[in-house]
Amino acid sequence: MSIILYSIATLGTLGVIYGLGLAFASKKFHVDIDPKIEQINEILPGVNCGACGYPGCSAYAEAIVKHSAEINKCAPGGDEVIANIAKIMGMEATSADKKIAVIHCQSGGTNNTFFRYKYHGIPTCKAAVLVSSGPNLCNYGCVFQNDCIAACQFDAIHLDENGMRIVDKNNCTGCGACVIACPRNLIELVSIKKRVHVLCTSHDKGAVSRKVCGNKTACIACSLCVKKCPVEAIEMQDNVAVIIYDKCINCGQCTDVCPTSAIFDPLKEVRAKKKAEAKAKAEAINKQPEEQKTTEILEDTK
Amino acid sequence: MEFLAKIFAMAIAAIFVQNFVLMRFLGLCPYIGVSKKLDSALGMGMAVIFVMTMASTFTWLIQTYLLVPLKIEFLQTIAFILTIASLVQLVEMIIQKTAPALYKALGVFLPLITTNCAVLGVAILNINEEYTFIFAILNGLFAGLGFTLVLILMAGIRERLERAELPRTMRGMPIAMIVAGCMALAFLGFSGLKF
Repeated sequence: MSIILYSIATLGTLGVIYGLGLAFASKKFHVDIDPKIEQINEILPGVNCGACGYPGCSAYAEAIVKHSAEINKCAPGGDEVIANIAKIMGMEATSADKKIAVIHCQSGGTNNTFFRYKYHGIPTCKAAVLVSSGPNLCNYGCVFQNDCIAACQFDAIHLDENGMRIVDKNNCTGCGACVIACPRNLIELVSIKKRVHVLCTSHDKGAVSRKVCGNKTACIACSLCVKKCPVEAIEMQDNVAVIIYDKCINCGQCTDVCPTSAIFDPLKEVRAKKKAEAKAKAEAINKQPEEQKTTEILEDTK
Repeated sequence: MEFLAKIFAMAIAAIFVQNFVLMRFLGLCPYIGVSKKLDSALGMGMAVIFVMTMASTFTWLIQTYLLVPLKIEFLQTIAFILTIASLVQLVEMIIQKTAPALYKALGVFLPLITTNCAVLGVAILNINEEYTFIFAILNGLFAGLGFTLVLILMAGIRERLERAELPRTMRGMPIAMIVAGCMALAFLGFSGLKF
């Protein structure tokens, strides 16, 4: 009988002591957490990509509340998240310029690339570039081991039919994970408003880069685009043309003069169509009076 | 000198020969669950070392000065679980207040190991082996170290396996199980060691 009493008493006292101890401790060691941090943390996408410059979403949320960090640094979240954070913080939303990744190499894919050897090693770009300057003949181009695709959390980099890497404009959030992942530094974050890009980073001399590029789209450093650009937005830097995006006005004139199509302009067809339409219209206007004249003359003769 | 030799023998025994995960098969849940990344494995390992040492200390005191005098040793499991759980809670609060950086590093792992069988295991083993107070604490520490060692080894191997070219059916959990088996076999080699 006494054992039962002892057991109940012991466990009871232990429980009460622990309970009181914990209750006391929770008062004494209470940590005030700003509810705003939790709210902002819930709004943030939660992918911990690090584009904001903080280690993870919760660190950024804390930085906003405690150290009044700028609220427009979340690239994946976009304008919607910025607006929501602004609401919580009672601030005005300042929209950030949306950036997306641009891959500065139009390799043409595995089908159109010249290879030194067939690579069978560890399937990462970082390893591939270490084996005698990479498997492909161009020392600056894409090596096709998909580090960028592995790094992308938003499924924004795809392969086209030739095996070339294409950035999906709609999915890309501009977090910059692929920029860090690419060992050849081919990827850059550029404002989504800028449409014309030099898609080559080869620093080889023109003759060499033309020879090693299987897709025949290397920048051969001819400087024609530099001369053509109306706003001086292209510079020749170490044998490759570089667009200074702050100055670029998306006019696409560089694309027209580039002899190797190293400069890519997605609007080229649209522009050509517009030009053709404008021309046709102008011609139609020029023609119209003549036709009228001829009909008048015909009527006269009648 | 003999004391130091005893401690050394105990360290080798707890870390390698009687490793908690691979020889006693305790704490297998975090061994498979938290060994995907080296960082989290390290965090979990640190938390386990900490909790095991603390748990060894307090459970030994409770056993010796409460349960044995009152002759209610059969309450061992319940009393130990109660002690370990509230101890972890207390430690979590103190760390959160005094060392926020450490709290963030340990993160969810602290509450996770509240009722980990390895922690209860080390507490009960201390009593069964009839260790003295100092040795009970040291045993807890070394058991935690052994757990951390195995967890980190496993995490390192699994991080490399991510890159390996495996048949589709073997990817993920199946190959992790095979690796776990190989590691247990390797640790079996230590069982010949005797001091």
